[in-house]
Amino acid sequence: MDVEITLRVNGAAHRLSVDTRTSLLDALRERLGITGPKKGCDHGQCGACTVLIDGRRANSCLALAVAHADTELTTIEGLASEGGLHAMQAAFVEHDGFQCGYCTPGQICSAVAMLREVDEGWPSYVTADLAAPAIALDDEEIRERMSGNLCRCAAYANIVPAIAGVAHRHAEGSRA
Amino acid sequence: MIATRAIGAPLDRIDGPLKVTGAAKYAFEYPAENAAYLHLVQSTIAKGRIASVDAGAARLLPGVIAVLTHENAPRIEISDEDATLRVMQSDAIAYVGEIVAAVVAETSEIARHAAGLVAVTYEEHAHDVELRADRPDLYAPEKVNAGFATDTREGDVGAAFAAAAVRHDATYTTPHYHNNPLEPHATVALWNDDGLTLYDANQGPHGIVDDVAKAFGLPPERVRIISPYVGGGFGSKAFTHPPVIVAAMAAKVAQRPVKLAITRHQMFSLVGYRTPTIQRIRLAAGADGRLTAIAHEVVEQTSKLEEYAEQTAVATRQMYAAPNRLTTHRLAKLDVPTPSIFRAPGETPGMYALECAMDEMAIACGLDPVEFRIRNEPETDPDTKHPFSSRNLVACLREGARRFGWDGRDPAPRARREGNWYVGTGVAASTYPTRRRPSNATIRVDREGRYDVLIDASDIGTGTWTALTQIAADALEVPVERVKLAIGDSALPKAPNAGGSMGIVSWGSAIVDAARKLRARLHDDFGGVVPADGLEANGETDKNPESERFAMHAYGAQFAEVRVDADTGEVRVPRLLGVFAVGRIMNAKTGRSQLIGGMTMGLSMALHEETVLDPRFGHYVNHDLAEYHIATNADTKKVDAVWIDEDDPHVNPMGAKGIGEIGMTGTAAAIANAVHHATGIRVRDLPITLDKLLLRSP
Repeated sequence: MDVEITLRVNGAAHRLSVDTRTSLLDALRERLGITGPKKGCDHGQCGACTVLIDGRRANSCLALAVAHADTELTTIEGLASEGGLHAMQAAFVEHDGFQCGYCTPGQICSAVAMLREVDEGWPSYVTADLAAPAIALDDEEIRERMSGNLCRCAAYANIVPAIAGVAHRHAEGSRA
Repeated sequence: MIATRAIGAPLDRIDGPLKVTGAAKYAFEYPAENAAYLHLVQSTIAKGRIASVDAGAARLLPGVIAVLTHENAPRIEISDEDATLRVMQSDAIAYVGEIVAAVVAETSEIARHAAGLVAVTYEEHAHDVELRADRPDLYAPEKVNAGFATDTREGDVGAAFAAAAVRHDATYTTPHYHNNPLEPHATVALWNDDGLTLYDANQGPHGIVDDVAKAFGLPPERVRIISPYVGGGFGSKAFTHPPVIVAAMAAKVAQRPVKLAITRHQMFSLVGYRTPTIQRIRLAAGADGRLTAIAHEVVEQTSKLEEYAEQTAVATRQMYAAPNRLTTHRLAKLDVPTPSIFRAPGETPGMYALECAMDEMAIACGLDPVEFRIRNEPETDPDTKHPFSSRNLVACLREGARRFGWDGRDPAPRARREGNWYVGTGVAASTYPTRRRPSNATIRVDREGRYDVLIDASDIGTGTWTALTQIAADALEVPVERVKLAIGDSALPKAPNAGGSMGIVSWGSAIVDAARKLRARLHDDFGGVVPADGLEANGETDKNPESERFAMHAYGAQFAEVRVDADTGEVRVPRLLGVFAVGRIMNAKTGRSQLIGGMTMGLSMALHEETVLDPRFGHYVNHDLAEYHIATNADTKKVDAVWIDEDDPHVNPMGAKGIGEIGMTGTAAAIANAVHHATGIRVRDLPITLDKLLLRSP
């Protein structure tokens, strides 16, 4: 069954017809031609399809398009501004946080949302003190929180310092 | 060798901004007007024939355009050596997951739904899918992969072994491994009056063109394959696999562009994998710790459709000195998908076994494993007897030991405990051959001094976009900003694929040749002034004639620290260090990434990866990324790679040895050796999962 919906992606509204079975990922890639989000497994196992749904990271392959007509969607294409790359995008280039680039849009969307989760005090499996007022985002925390995004080229050792650098500047900015 | 200015610099990836913004287009993402979608149906039996196919319900589903089966699929021309590509040409079934039907539909949802409605019944025959070393039907192939001899023999291993002061005889096994690049194999196929165009995920368009052209009876120039950005390959996108053939077939039948992205599940049976191996290693040494015999005997599998013989024991031929030597490869032909290449085919499983055995032998000889390897360093290649063009394994071992803090290591196993963790360290050597393939390249210059470098090279994450730009800039003696590279298109000058760590060295050699010719023409014929309509020159290179005189290999030493939980057997790897002697590095940033990427994949192989085949049905049980575990971010701690200066004037004009694969060789052995040092338990069957540590006493 096909349904007419409007998807708001990166600030623009798109009117389109989708099969009720269409995943958000396929709606973006196959209907709207927004191909930054990647399909690596279609089962929520690799994270390549990560987008931001109302600012939160989510596997778009596990979301149905018809259920997201009232959300603000941000894909990797929506992170860069007129002024150039988003700080996280620039950090991934500088630290060589990728090789083939296929997991990269998902990694970067995931990292951007992850920093917000930390700001909001969300603990992770490796957070030692759940009652602490602020979470210290050390490398161990980054590794744990980024493990939903697989990288077969195994750029992990570069992804961690890329994110840590952005987090550090972000924290400096918050204190200033 | 050419003078270097750009070469070696840690230039950011030229394709970086496109990749971090989502703008780089991978195969499936190419827009095609009026495209239809394709979904594959796979066999559920390992051997037999299709008794019936009922596609009636699928064809009746609104939106279905065509259903292809062996009864109606276009006939294609496939040679016996590529029999796996003979898709839907008969009712015979040779492995679980073989393509038995394909549905073309208006949307991907309808295609997938209809694929589930295709009813196939089978006449099932008894299948044979189990690799064992005691099979009576093992045979010696004529050659093993990459053209190496199947067996080598020198001296008398048996006599040397019997007479030795110290002996080691053990069998090591590795399981099925699947490459699993993050981008599933995908093809967009378009037929028009000119022929066939494919936007395709592969490691080298020219190699795919020939197979596709032959299959469809087209001259090669009427097939064009475009693949500038590819989401990883690790060997699985090097050769033509069945899905690309079906995509072209479906587009022909549907008379529309067709898009195919195979699923992660389908990748486990349709695009190759690394054969499991059973490797017996025998080492003999005198009381002085010098090896007197080395034997490496390998049993592995191929399919009944095609022969693929992994060159697992080949590295052993040149690693260490010993007067008595033996290497053999034996194959079982099974009712399984055809195995294929996966990052460092041969060296990856072979160096796991050899370097574990070297560790065990060092202990048996009462020697430090670094010192034991140095003591058995050969002066010339023990296999070909040629001198090495350069060989710095010893320097890598020494530099690695220094950086890692190896000196003063207590060799006693299970002797260090921090809290609940047993702690240990291990070392292993790495190696990979340095070879080169024929390649072409064209360079054009315009009056503004802008250079277009045209070559059908491939970037599967290897840094090709950046490294070739750097090589061209130095060969032309211009800044990198003046060079514009075009790759990943069979319309460009013919070049070999990204495989065998031969990409950069082959393509770069052709680019250097084109640059020399262009500069000579410009100087000799035009007095250094570019004519109004520009100037171009074609470069071409052949195999390296120096390889007849020298043995050429890259080397490295890997050091691992592991922690093993005393209660659960959980293994963590806080530190991995690789020191490599790989000639000149073309780009310090992307080069390091390739090396640490290989090492991390080696960690993944050591601890996590294993495809489990159910012998009752012949299928892979854990065919997705939830159950086929690859290393995640949290599995990786400190991973670092460094290299020593190495000038090798014989390998190629850049002095480069190729670094795509060596990082993965030896890593699993370094980790296995460290696990032994930590726990006293020697795991000789990968992966080192906690059950193997819990259920055994040291």
